[in-house]
Amino acid sequence: MNKVGLIIAREYLSRVRKKSFIIMTLLGPLLFGGFFFFIGWSATESGETKHLQVIDESGMFEAVFQDSKEMTFDYSTGNLDAAKRDLEDGAYDGVLYIPRVDVENPEGVTFYAQSNPSISLVHSLSRKLEGEIENEKLRRSGIDKSVLDELKADVDIATINLSAGGEKESSSVGATVIGYVASFLIYIFIFVYGTQCMRGVVEEKTSRIIEVVIASVKPFQLMMGKVIGIAGVGLTQFILWILLTMGVSSVVGGAFMDDAMKAQQQRPGMEEVAAAQAELEEDSGGDFMAKVAGAVESINLPMVVVAFLFFFLAGYLLYGALFAAIGSAVDSDADAQQFMLPVTMPLIVAIVMLTAVLNDPNGSLAFWMSMIPFTSPVVMMMRVPFGVPVWQLALSMALMVGGFVFTVWVASRIYRIGILMHGTKVNYKVLAKWFMMKN
Amino acid sequence: MELLQVEGLTKRYASHTALNDVSLTIPKGSIFGLLGPNGAGKTTLIRIITRIIEQDQGRVMLNGEEITPEMVRLIGYLPEERGLYKKMKVGEQLLYLARLKGLSRPDAVAKIKSWLKRLELTPWHNKAIEDLSKGMAQKVQFIATVLHEPELIILDEPFSGFDPVNANLIKDEILQLRDNGATVIFSTHRMESVEELCDHIALINQSEKILDGKKVDIKQAHKNGTFIVEHEGQLTAGADYELLTSAPGEVGYTRSVIKDKTDGGPNNLLRVLMGEVEIHSFIEKVPTINEIFIQKVKGGNHE
Repeated sequence: MNKVGLIIAREYLSRVRKKSFIIMTLLGPLLFGGFFFFIGWSATESGETKHLQVIDESGMFEAVFQDSKEMTFDYSTGNLDAAKRDLEDGAYDGVLYIPRVDVENPEGVTFYAQSNPSISLVHSLSRKLEGEIENEKLRRSGIDKSVLDELKADVDIATINLSAGGEKESSSVGATVIGYVASFLIYIFIFVYGTQCMRGVVEEKTSRIIEVVIASVKPFQLMMGKVIGIAGVGLTQFILWILLTMGVSSVVGGAFMDDAMKAQQQRPGMEEVAAAQAELEEDSGGDFMAKVAGAVESINLPMVVVAFLFFFLAGYLLYGALFAAIGSAVDSDADAQQFMLPVTMPLIVAIVMLTAVLNDPNGSLAFWMSMIPFTSPVVMMMRVPFGVPVWQLALSMALMVGGFVFTVWVASRIYRIGILMHGTKVNYKVLAKWFMMKN
Repeated sequence: MELLQVEGLTKRYASHTALNDVSLTIPKGSIFGLLGPNGAGKTTLIRIITRIIEQDQGRVMLNGEEITPEMVRLIGYLPEERGLYKKMKVGEQLLYLARLKGLSRPDAVAKIKSWLKRLELTPWHNKAIEDLSKGMAQKVQFIATVLHEPELIILDEPFSGFDPVNANLIKDEILQLRDNGATVIFSTHRMESVEELCDHIALINQSEKILDGKKVDIKQAHKNGTFIVEHEGQLTAGADYELLTSAPGEVGYTRSVIKDKTDGGPNNLLRVLMGEVEIHSFIEKVPTINEIFIQKVKGGNHE
């Protein structure tokens, strides 16, 4: 085995056998599974059931408010003051007061509550009122109720991706989810394992083992051995996470899907449009999961996986080398802070810009950020699930390779001097001097 | 025959010169003391020899050939600032370092076993370095230095951190290694160990070599005609000698240090003294390395 191989093996084994690695590897999927479960759960359950009192002086909305999982309604004929007292006693969560309204000019509808009601609650109440007023107006203009029911349509826009592979049904929801997860994973891995690189170098430097090791291997070999060894650790953890997450989420997801199915079966008849609307909202969680599942089939998965692995490794190598250089320049972890920010800045910018990229995955902002090697690992992974022209992906990858060759070169020039320097007050001028220094 | 030859080594940094035209010859099988105050350039010289850094001018010859990075595995280097991976186990650590030096796995395993036994570390084989005492960690580091049987062993302050018992143990190992054919460079400012172990020395001060050679030759050259006399009666300085110090000795005699002002030699001086006092002992004062060191370094700094 050559020396770089020995170094890689040591860096890899010493980390993989650590307790913290094993714990994180086991805990990660539980956290992920829990996270997805939470998203699914919060999409179906919007908190506790709210008990609302309705005072309908107009008498127009008698059958409009039906009890649902989120809300129960009590129609009351009492006056408003009595209802307000009920509210103070805590008998109800809110009071909806509907005065005698003019259909042409509905004003004076008021919602009373002890705390600020959520926007979605107010929105759903007003939508029901609007719907009923709309129906009333239509009825007045002489349209039959059965015609009205037929008028209602539930439209779900299916997006079709006209890419080289022909027409494929795509799902922008699915692409967004996959893009976000991939981008964030890359971001987190670069940070976590880049920092480990830096710590490793600082440890070698402060414990002075560097002087023993450097007499047998070149600084470049040592740096690359460390960077690659830690990349292996990251990859191992990632693969284990994927496998375990698949296991955990198939259990959690299975239970969750069952619930959604039951809810579907228990759904009452669709006569009441308003009730159906409420049900639709309730169902969006299951819909969401189904869309993600559908997207997994419609998105070019092999391309996403290949691109992910590439940008995962290349992005890490690019930043890992820089982190190693920082580690070599400082005498302690604390000193490293001042150099961390400029290095991690592009990465943070990339994450912050993700929403903008998402708005227009093929716009010029997205294009340029996915070409610049410092931001491309994160931004490109947001774009890939939406479909990226092959030439762009190839160019981005080529630039990425160029980028990490460049940073590794820069980093190794700083590293070779830095690891043997102690007690120097390091600033950017000093780093530049080391960089320029011949051997 | 010389093992290592250093010719005209110069290393400059932006603000100062770390080494200025230093030449040394280190004979095979010697224990060579590299002396000098802090910051004199010893570490720079060692780092150039071990190819950690490159010189600006001059060359380093090992066995008559200009040294290459591949030849560095013939060298074992114990840096002054000790370092091991704290979390790694003793056995694994030694195996890793030995294999980096190019030893095969079975070879390394066998050698580690025998060394751990010799330095009484076998029970600690599976312990992490951070669980060891400082002295034990030092021993592990010493093993790491000599494990691959280097021809040239460079020890930077090897006894710092050792208690007297372990220092003696290491001292014996160094002599043993020398007897087995290794050459040892010994960088230190602890003069008593130089006095005891080294047969050659070189003194570096302010980036320059100011003295080198066999220890006995250097001592010979630095004799300055001072003698220690124990006597009864009172000595008075005269034309023949200078009285440097005079104080009551341990067993009732007076102990005086005198400096010969003539070129007559010890016998001549003795005859003069016998006329004045009763002599109980008379011995030429050979300068210690420590005295030569201080004299040279102070002299150098005053120029």
